Amino acid sequence: MRVKISGGRVIDPGTLDGVMDILLEDGKITDIAEKIETGDVEGDIRVIDASGKIVTPGLIDMHVHFRDPGHEYKETVRTGCLAAAHGGFTGVCTMPNTDPVNDNRQITEYIIREARIANGARVWPVAAISKGLQGKQLCEYGDLRDGGAIALSDDGNPVSDSQMMRRALEYAKGFGLLIISHAEDLSLAGSGVMNEGAVATRMGLPGIPNVAESIAIMRDIALAELTDAPIHIAHVSTRESVHAIRDAKKRGIRVTAETAPHYFTLTDEAVEAYNTNAKMNPPLRSHHDREAILEGLADGTLDAIATDHAPHAIIEKEVEFDHAANGIIGLETSLPLGLKLVEKGILSLTALIEKMSVNPARILGIDNRLKVGNPADITIMTPDQPHIVKVADFQSISRNTPFDAWSLKGKALLTMVGGNIIFDEIS
Amino acid sequence: MQFAKKDILDMGSLSREEITLILDMADRMKEISERPVKKVPTLRGKTVVLLFHEPSTRTRSSFDIAAKRLSADSISISASSSSLVKGETLIDTARNLEAMHADVIVMRHSSSGAPHMLARATKAAVINAGDGTHAHPSQALLDMMTVRQNKGTLGRLRIAIIGDIAHSRVARSNIEGFSKMGSEVILAGPPTMIPKEVETLGASVTYDVDEAIHGADVVMMLRIQKERQRDFLFPSEREYAKVYGLTEKRLRKAREDVLIMHPGPVNRGVEISPAVADGPYSIILDQVTSGVAVRMALLYLVLGGAKNAGKN
Repeated sequence: MRVKISGGRVIDPGTLDGVMDILLEDGKITDIAEKIETGDVEGDIRVIDASGKIVTPGLIDMHVHFRDPGHEYKETVRTGCLAAAHGGFTGVCTMPNTDPVNDNRQITEYIIREARIANGARVWPVAAISKGLQGKQLCEYGDLRDGGAIALSDDGNPVSDSQMMRRALEYAKGFGLLIISHAEDLSLAGSGVMNEGAVATRMGLPGIPNVAESIAIMRDIALAELTDAPIHIAHVSTRESVHAIRDAKKRGIRVTAETAPHYFTLTDEAVEAYNTNAKMNPPLRSHHDREAILEGLADGTLDAIATDHAPHAIIEKEVEFDHAANGIIGLETSLPLGLKLVEKGILSLTALIEKMSVNPARILGIDNRLKVGNPADITIMTPDQPHIVKVADFQSISRNTPFDAWSLKGKALLTMVGGNIIFDEIS
Repeated sequence: MQFAKKDILDMGSLSREEITLILDMADRMKEISERPVKKVPTLRGKTVVLLFHEPSTRTRSSFDIAAKRLSADSISISASSSSLVKGETLIDTARNLEAMHADVIVMRHSSSGAPHMLARATKAAVINAGDGTHAHPSQALLDMMTVRQNKGTLGRLRIAIIGDIAHSRVARSNIEGFSKMGSEVILAGPPTMIPKEVETLGASVTYDVDEAIHGADVVMMLRIQKERQRDFLFPSEREYAKVYGLTEKRLRKAREDVLIMHPGPVNRGVEISPAVADGPYSIILDQVTSGVAVRMALLYLVLGGAKNAGKN
């Protein structure tokens, strides 16, 4: 079966930008040209009319939590893959803080198996840096890589022991595996439950200072320099962190970084009235930090936008603020929130596609570009169609988002993995 | 003026006019406690639940007495004796109390914001009797009542609040209350105990207790908790008493008619010397008396005041 994506504006940052047709056969891209003639037999070809739409390499969310195995009432690999598809993502990286932890090949393979039957986005599991995320003993990186792990992280927990982090960077280098750092100094974070500042003071909630994040990032940058290993910094939220990463990049250190839509959209004011759907770690920061995040996105200091999709059930959120679980779901709102940056002139559409697709792919060592011979992992989106977020319609099992009922513009209309359409609002 | 609030959650959500209304009402309620028969039928048939998730003697008994003086039926639920320890959520508790037709829930909780959550989940009026390190509005109102009775005004006074501001719901509510009424609030304590950007609440900050006391009309001392040593907030009670404690000598810098206040319980010899706590400037026990009157006023007003309550 052949498929033609017809008449869309095809954007593959740095290589393609123009109205073009894309021809697919057996799940692979076979031609990209201004006008592809496919003969007159309608039957053996499916034509997707993409006129007025944007066609891009499939979006990749390199930071999600699918709670499977262990907490399937919040999200499973299957529902997560469908939520990703609906958000326009063709691939996601699942963090290892499942139960049991993804610190061994069996769990990695289980996640990949579940993803294959989900008929949704691809999953590239991130395995743990340390056994049980305890920060005491290295996992078997060779075995994990062979099982399909794409990177390593103790996300949720920082690796507090600096020597352990050094050895992890060195040992992972031998297998070509990237270390993703959840950067947090736990003693500085203390019992904090939101950003330290005027809002926390007024609300009487213990605060987490910005430096709880940036001090850990500075250490990890120093260790990346020492070991000459690449490091990726997860969920950057503070201005000090942006400065540290910008400076490290200038010095040629192999550091990349991501931020999440909530950090460039919201501030700690969203916690007002003790809204537990605005509680996450790292916490929503001040407007100064939000400004710095926007600058970091614009100047390339922050390479990627990743959601930190963190599903939680109502029983974990509808409780006292200090007892509530950290995190929000993000897969089905990420692209519209990113497109807001384009509308406001902070990022070009091309730059947004870089941060949501080709940069994550490059950081992870995946080739998802639109070129002949590559698997047809493609997202078709509208950049400006107005819509209202309805969390009740989400594919995700969980409902913990502060963006419900928001009026947004632009969204994914069709998502395709290896030529297989996993989400379609065009036809 | 009609009182229109369903709940009393914090001082930030009360207007200047509402505060004045509450204090005026409390002044009227005070007389009831001075009668030989200390009871009026005003809230007969109303049910007041005292839901205390944190130990409290003073505040709980004060609300209990206030309810009884107005003839409301009050019942007490404490965390240790209820289903709260059996894993029931706050929302469940709220729904259950509502199903029993509670009219007012007076809540004390160790989590900041818990009464706000309760208030959203129930039609009953919620009065915050202290939540975490956030707010203690009835304490601030009774402090303001006591000051107003002694000074005749709440405007243009210099109020010094000294101690662990960061962990004090009493301090937060008093900063918001007194500054809203036009007084100047100055905070003092070790820098470790001054929360970030506290000036945004309407107070100024000094680390020098003598400077804070200088020219003060009111000096409010906060209880210091020994466990804070573990969080590296201060090294010892000995040094705290010496540098930040209120002594007779230090008090000479204040105005001659200074009022000394403390929300209790008092650590005599730590934040305040016994001679000052029990001395002529102390109005610590007046605060306790005002507490009952303010809480009677709050119960009366959230239950509809003159509008709904049976008048006698």
